[in-house]
Amino acid sequence: MSPLSRRKLIAAAAGASGLAVAARLADQYGLTPPDSGGLYGPGNTLTYASQRLLTRHSLAREFAPADIAKAPFAKLRPFQIEAYTRSQAVGYADWRIGVDGMVAQPTSFSLADLRNLPARTQINQLACEEGWSFIAEWTGVPLSEVLKAVKVLPQARYVVYYSIQKNWVQSIDMADALHPQTLLAYGMNGADLPMGHGAPVRMWLPRQLGYKNVKFITRLTLIDSLKNFYKAGSYSWYAGI
Amino acid sequence: MADDAPRHSLLVRTTHWLSTVCVFALLLSGFEIVVSHPRFYWGNTGNPNTPSLFDIPIPASRPWVNTGYSYVLPDQNGWSRNLHFEAAWLIIFTGLVYVIASLLNRHFRKNLLPAAEPRAYNNIQRLAYLSVIFVLLPLAIWTGLAMSPGIVSAYPLLVTVLGGTQSARTIHFAVSMLLVLFLFVHIVMVCRTGFRNLMRAMITGHS
Repeated sequence: MSPLSRRKLIAAAAGASGLAVAARLADQYGLTPPDSGGLYGPGNTLTYASQRLLTRHSLAREFAPADIAKAPFAKLRPFQIEAYTRSQAVGYADWRIGVDGMVAQPTSFSLADLRNLPARTQINQLACEEGWSFIAEWTGVPLSEVLKAVKVLPQARYVVYYSIQKNWVQSIDMADALHPQTLLAYGMNGADLPMGHGAPVRMWLPRQLGYKNVKFITRLTLIDSLKNFYKAGSYSWYAGI
Repeated sequence: MADDAPRHSLLVRTTHWLSTVCVFALLLSGFEIVVSHPRFYWGNTGNPNTPSLFDIPIPASRPWVNTGYSYVLPDQNGWSRNLHFEAAWLIIFTGLVYVIASLLNRHFRKNLLPAAEPRAYNNIQRLAYLSVIFVLLPLAIWTGLAMSPGIVSAYPLLVTVLGGTQSARTIHFAVSMLLVLFLFVHIVMVCRTGFRNLMRAMITGHS
């Protein structure tokens, strides 16, 4: 065996075992996203792991009132959901958001319940993966307050959230769920959240792209594994990029 | 001696072809992403309700973009975004290996820094390669990171010095167009100065 090929062999072996060690460490420290497998798994994992290491406690940019966009945009297309239309007609007075799963006290919140919890108002940018963006003032209850009220069990690792629109289900890890800027938003620019932006309540997490900010929230579930929830879709699970 | 010393080192050949794969993946997926919103803006706000800086005269893959076309292209953003970021990671690692090794083995000094009596590459070529390696690709990575809401939450300066998310996106697009221009000239030059010979040199090391 020539010295060069021996050197290559050693380098290849070191590289392979280095990757295996890195994968084990990533798993141990919660740096592996649910979509870490498949063709795009390496890219998804590198993005999620590096952002978790660099941005775990960072705060999304907040802007001045003068920066609020005069022309916010919502790409919502009209939909016909009887339960929604009925609730809209009564000013969402009967709207409920159920919180279940790995919690000590499963609870169903009305809008009034949410408004009675501590509120937070922040001016952030919403950026869509398509490329457009706008800045608005968002008001809501920090998701961490809701999770505190239902007493999340220690084994919970993800929050799954559902829209009244079928097939709109997303999930986030506890780092994002407990982040101070993650809101169940019910207000926008000083008024109630408009229908196009997800009335009465949307998920608002300004450190991720628009598609994680699900509108018309009806239910939250706390779970310890996304195996049965995460469908290998075409969009990456972590959308901080 | 001439037979032993390759025209291109193994490192140059490997990183060249890895970068080639990455750049084509980035350009293809980047184009598909642009198709979802072929309008460009400046600042932090830019959307179908605001005037644009300029539009690319192509149809869009989303119905809410007013392009003047009566039809909408299929949405390809899912795989495009995944491929874009995977290729971005690979070209970052490839570029790091290439730059660090080329500093250590003096590849930059010997072959790419403009010289009084340049060998192999003339000074215009040298400046073209250096501007791709040290200006365009780093700028593409920077403006790409500046569009990431997660990254700018930790490093807001990345986007504020550019003027905002939409400014970063517009510069990202301009940089990619300059890379396309470089690629076009690069390929034309290879074809005109002996395609087979130069390809053999970049694959085997020897012309």
